[in-house]
Amino acid sequence: MIKLFRRTPASQAPRRLTFSILRHNPADPASRPQLQDFEIEEAEGMTLFIALNEIRATQDGSLQFDFVCRAGICGSCAMLVNGRPGLACRTLTRDLGTQITLAPLPFFELIGDLSVNTGKWMRGTSERLQTWIHNDAPVRLDALEERMAPELAEGIYELDRCIECGCCIAGCGTAQMREKFVGAVGLNKIARFHLDPRDTRSDADFYELIGDDDGVFGCMSLLGCHDVCPKQLPLQTQIAYLRRKMAIVGLS
Amino acid sequence: MDVIHTDVLVIGGGLAGLRAALAAKKRGQKVIILSLVPPKRSHSAAAQGGMQASLGNTAKGAGDNEDVHFGDTVRGSDWGADQEVARMFVHTAPKAVRELAAWGVPWNRVERGPHDVIIDSQKVTLNEADAAHGLITARDFGGTKKWRTCYVSDGTGHAMLYAVSDQTIAAGIPVHERMEAVALIHDGTRCYGAIVRNLTNGKLSAYVARATCIATGGFGRIYQATTNAVINEGIGAAIALETGVVPLANMEAVQFHPTAIFPAGILVTEGCRGDGGLLRDVDGHRFMPDYEPEKKELASRDVVARRMEAHIRAGKGARNRFGEHLWLDITLLGEAHINSKLREVKEICHHFLGIDPAKQWIPVRPAQHYSMGGIRTNAQGAAYGLSGLFACGEAACWDLHGFNRLGGNSVAETVVAGMIVGEAIADFCASPAGDMHVSTALVRDCLEKAEAEFTALSAGQGTEKAGQLLREMQAIMTEQVGIVRQGEALGAAVDALQKLVLRSRQIGLGGRRPGADPELTTAWRLQKMLKLALCVARGAEQRCESRGAHFRSDYPQRNDADWLKRTLAYWPDAAQPLPSLAYEELAIAGMELPPGWRGYGTRDAIEHPATAIRQAEIDAIRARLGEADRHAVQDALMPFRHLLPAHLRGNNARLDESA
Repeated sequence: MIKLFRRTPASQAPRRLTFSILRHNPADPASRPQLQDFEIEEAEGMTLFIALNEIRATQDGSLQFDFVCRAGICGSCAMLVNGRPGLACRTLTRDLGTQITLAPLPFFELIGDLSVNTGKWMRGTSERLQTWIHNDAPVRLDALEERMAPELAEGIYELDRCIECGCCIAGCGTAQMREKFVGAVGLNKIARFHLDPRDTRSDADFYELIGDDDGVFGCMSLLGCHDVCPKQLPLQTQIAYLRRKMAIVGLS
Repeated sequence: MDVIHTDVLVIGGGLAGLRAALAAKKRGQKVIILSLVPPKRSHSAAAQGGMQASLGNTAKGAGDNEDVHFGDTVRGSDWGADQEVARMFVHTAPKAVRELAAWGVPWNRVERGPHDVIIDSQKVTLNEADAAHGLITARDFGGTKKWRTCYVSDGTGHAMLYAVSDQTIAAGIPVHERMEAVALIHDGTRCYGAIVRNLTNGKLSAYVARATCIATGGFGRIYQATTNAVINEGIGAAIALETGVVPLANMEAVQFHPTAIFPAGILVTEGCRGDGGLLRDVDGHRFMPDYEPEKKELASRDVVARRMEAHIRAGKGARNRFGEHLWLDITLLGEAHINSKLREVKEICHHFLGIDPAKQWIPVRPAQHYSMGGIRTNAQGAAYGLSGLFACGEAACWDLHGFNRLGGNSVAETVVAGMIVGEAIADFCASPAGDMHVSTALVRDCLEKAEAEFTALSAGQGTEKAGQLLREMQAIMTEQVGIVRQGEALGAAVDALQKLVLRSRQIGLGGRRPGADPELTTAWRLQKMLKLALCVARGAEQRCESRGAHFRSDYPQRNDADWLKRTLAYWPDAAQPLPSLAYEELAIAGMELPPGWRGYGTRDAIEHPATAIRQAEIDAIRARLGEADRHAVQDALMPFRHLLPAHLRGNNARLDESA
């Protein structure tokens, strides 16, 4: 028989959960950041997505947070759960204690409560790092596609899986000190395009983008990014690889 | 009055909107994209399994071409599709895949030599040709004769969305994020842009544009059990409906995906079944072969979903505390395959169910998934009723999918329609019709009307709560306007929805708040969603036949004689309680593929007299042309290339066919 859910024994009453949520509405001059407590009863299979929607529906209609796919695919709902960056949609309450603290991701512009403007930062970083395939050859729509080794395609996808949730930035020591640091999300994107033979940029071109303290040399190797990445991207390996590559360019 | 001017306003930052924006921008138009969320968060990212395009690179895809893809798509649609559009689509899909490959999408590639796959629960060894090594590979999906679904593991939509979004950044197209179009600016004949609400600070502004394109996706959130993201509320379609002159078509055609994890409703890709996964019941019995001996788990989605519901109703569902479900078994695919090609599925099972799908079965039940209906457009994506208004992607009824969409045809549609409609928008802007003379009074009136609506809503003193009404609507839709429909229940649903409309006029909010006010936003959207729900329920009640995803237990046959037509739903007067329905005939005389049996599902359609006549014509044309090449035969049957932009008309190269 298949074990579906880790069931609470029938005799045991459902837990009461207390959510301490950091509240602040920057649009309201009277608003001061403060923790506000909400209590709800835990349900089987409850995620933070379900819990926050229940709080908003039954206790406080003004609570701000972001969810889109609610399936761990889009990256909208990253927040600090008990101080650790993660995706709220796929965090099950059963894996947490009865006292749960939620706060918005640090570093990004606050929109309100748990909602931050990751989109603005990600677009800015994309523009700065020019995170698109650079190739002047015209696309031949009618012809057979260029060939690519199957394992290379899978290797590129491995790095392409980043969902720009911002967890790596929130978990990064350098980003807290250096506002323009591109972070693991930025470095991973460079690694992704560096690996892709369709991108014609050279190592020297990439050095122009990340060969300084706002780029790969700013990383202090604390590896918070690697620990909190919800997609388990190989950030540690990629940053080390890029640093070696860029050091060679810088020295030559 | 805050007014922003542009040539092209694209409403929606998913794949369809972004691709259309790129096409228009490359033709020199100034473009602004509005998006509820950062574009890379769009629901397009959730498309896991793949995109259909007849490249024919693999052993199981050999011999595939546009003709086969066309036949599958029209049969899949249960003959509801516009066949010219289906032709444009299948012809352009290979170009779209190849363009995306050049833009960096890491499509999985063909590996030469033997490899093991699971087909019909048996291990089979396939041998890939040397000549195909390194070209784009494909997997199997339901309702197709060939393996045609190009994929990037099970993150296809994500990879496509990031590549296309990065192209729009490279092209310098601004995206105004966290903005919602709340009304179209129009004078009853021409569209001049939209009134837009900033979701961060609640402020309204006017975006005045020569051409407006709605690409806001589907409206799955009118259902309780849905695979759709929380932003799929159909507001783009609703504001078009509210113009009173733009119809929504085939709103009753709603697809249910067979495998949503139960009870969360999160999708696990059709690639699971395509790659060899099986459906099992409470006894562990593989039941699909009992119903569909030919295609088994790989019949089209409407058929599989319906068979699953029937099997549960026959008492064969497994049970957990949330209700009944069936099992999806992918354990036979092996850990290595699951870890590489079905990784999202593995993550979803781990995080939401706490199970390992390599070892345990996945609890699934069908859930609402896709809306075939939407803003009715012509083959160029121009909406009926208002000049200057376009639509593409799931928000539109272009009408590629008819009454049932095949898996892998929707992400394909987003980019293909974006390529075609974006060009049409640029053509429109370059033509005299694209010139615009708009009075500031009209713009101001539209803005003030929207302001008044929000003010009235936030000042409401009623006792009703929007969230509660929303849940009641979703329950009605899932229970009474779901997979199996019946006249009496549909009539009751229409009545109940109308009562909700009345109650929705008595909403009271918890208070007025500066900045974003999620409660006000919900209350405002509820009114729109109720209208969409009524279009679906009323359309379903009136359509007395079964076609594709629309199944009536009291009218189980497809009835071509009376119902080979598209429903058009209008809402000409805001005060009227129901949409006005009209119908548009699908002319058999012009069809390349006249109605017939789909090759799966029931085989007892009520035939239209014109079918035999058209079939005789087609047979005569084929006999006359004899051994002529397939493009010439196709052109004699139903020319379509003139409908495409010139640069998309060329033949597609394949390994065994030069371009």
